[in-house]
Amino acid sequence: MIAALRVLLIGGMTSYRALFNWLTPWILIPTFFVTPLVQILLFAYVGRVARVGDDTYYLIGNAVQYAAIPCLFAMGRTISGERRQGTLGILLASPAPRVPLFLGRALPVIVNGAVVCAVALGLGALLLGVRIPLDGLPLLAVAIVVCAFSCTGLGLLTAAVALRVREASVLSNLVFGVLLIFAGVNVPIASLPGWMSAVSGWLPLTHGIDAARRAAAGASAGPVGELLVQEAALGAGYALAGLALLAWLERESRRMATLEVM
Amino acid sequence: MSGTLRFLAVAWWLHLKSRSRSAFDGLLSVVWPLFFATAVLLMYRAGNAGDATLVAAVVGAAAMGVWSATTLASSSIEEERAQGTLELQVGAPRSFTIQLIPIMLSMTTVGLYSLVAVFLWGRFVFGIEIVVASVPAFLVAIAVTVFSIAMLGFLLAVSAVRYRAAWALGAALELPIWLLCGFLVPVSALPGWVQPLSWLLAPTWGVSALRAAVAGHTAVDDLLRCLGLGVAYILIGAVQSHRLVRSARRHATLALT
Repeated sequence: MIAALRVLLIGGMTSYRALFNWLTPWILIPTFFVTPLVQILLFAYVGRVARVGDDTYYLIGNAVQYAAIPCLFAMGRTISGERRQGTLGILLASPAPRVPLFLGRALPVIVNGAVVCAVALGLGALLLGVRIPLDGLPLLAVAIVVCAFSCTGLGLLTAAVALRVREASVLSNLVFGVLLIFAGVNVPIASLPGWMSAVSGWLPLTHGIDAARRAAAGASAGPVGELLVQEAALGAGYALAGLALLAWLERESRRMATLEVM
Repeated sequence: MSGTLRFLAVAWWLHLKSRSRSAFDGLLSVVWPLFFATAVLLMYRAGNAGDATLVAAVVGAAAMGVWSATTLASSSIEEERAQGTLELQVGAPRSFTIQLIPIMLSMTTVGLYSLVAVFLWGRFVFGIEIVVASVPAFLVAIAVTVFSIAMLGFLLAVSAVRYRAAWALGAALELPIWLLCGFLVPVSALPGWVQPLSWLLAPTWGVSALRAAVAGHTAVDDLLRCLGLGVAYILIGAVQSHRLVRSARRHATLALT
């Protein structure tokens, strides 16, 4: 149990520190703070020109969606980065239990995703002159954390696919793009074609963004909590699917000797 | 002169083949701008935008992919370094600047895939009738815009080479250029203090020329500004790359990552 906890916490933190080459921490600024802010501004201005929605709508949608960037990319790089450094084989040959091994890598990423979202929300609100009522902030904070968790669940699934696919970052970009269209980030789910809104309900962020918008509008905990439970359940489902797929693909890569194939 | 042109053509073709090797990467360069184009077109449609606005949005969204493909320029020298070919390029008798230009042109050529894809997407998925009023002017505008964006990429490449994580800088510039250059939002809709910055960026005039050619307006002024800025980027980049190579030779830092 203690060994599993060590793998979960220390292993996860070590892997996270290795992700961004901490010799150059400035890399975090453009990736995590500049880009989300510009995406918020881009869609807020498109909304103004198109005369649809208001700044608050685009601020919350895009800020919450940016929680997905660290969650998707960091989890994908967990596999591709280990492979590039030649440590993937050693990692998977170790007796460490797989669940704490990969969940440990997910914990710092959830925190990272939530921080990125909160900073984007704060800076975006300042630049656009959006005021979020103070009494809505606690529920909004919970919504952000739940969204970061559910995106990390999806990230675990993409990390599993990275065992088979060479370009994990490309895959993460594609997933990010799908979320941009389907999760109600900038276009209300109700105005999407039927098949698209049906898909939306099964994606992370859809319920979370809705919950965040309601929380910012001062909605009570009941309806917001309901949406967040759905979001968390989806995230857990994706995480379980990711862990199962990781286990299967690990077995397959051993069988077919494709673990280190670049 | 003919030798230089032949070199540019051969090097452009070589780098284009190299960049087209990964189908997965190619798919992303086509699909990535489509995601943003789709979101924006859905928003304009929800706001009951007129046909002219939708066509202008499709044209801007189509040009986005050319810039997206060029953001990789920031890490292009880093890639050469990682492959062990940077020393060979610097040691070659050809100017380093001349060697970088076809790399940038190959990136913008890949971006043309997405330009075509967005036009087709707008036409067949959103049913937007795109009638180009002046086809010759439109083709010239595409050529000038692609060239100028490539030169902006060249300037980015020689400016970012000293950073270990130059790719992050390139990725971080993708959306700001979309916003500042009026790809999706008219520059006039941006705050007044930002607009002079937009005027210094060649894509602003390139996108404006593309829209003018589609609408049948004269695009000569926009094209000249776009071309002029592209040439200015070459001159600034050439000076920068000369200083870069001299400094790297003097301090023996060319191969350091």
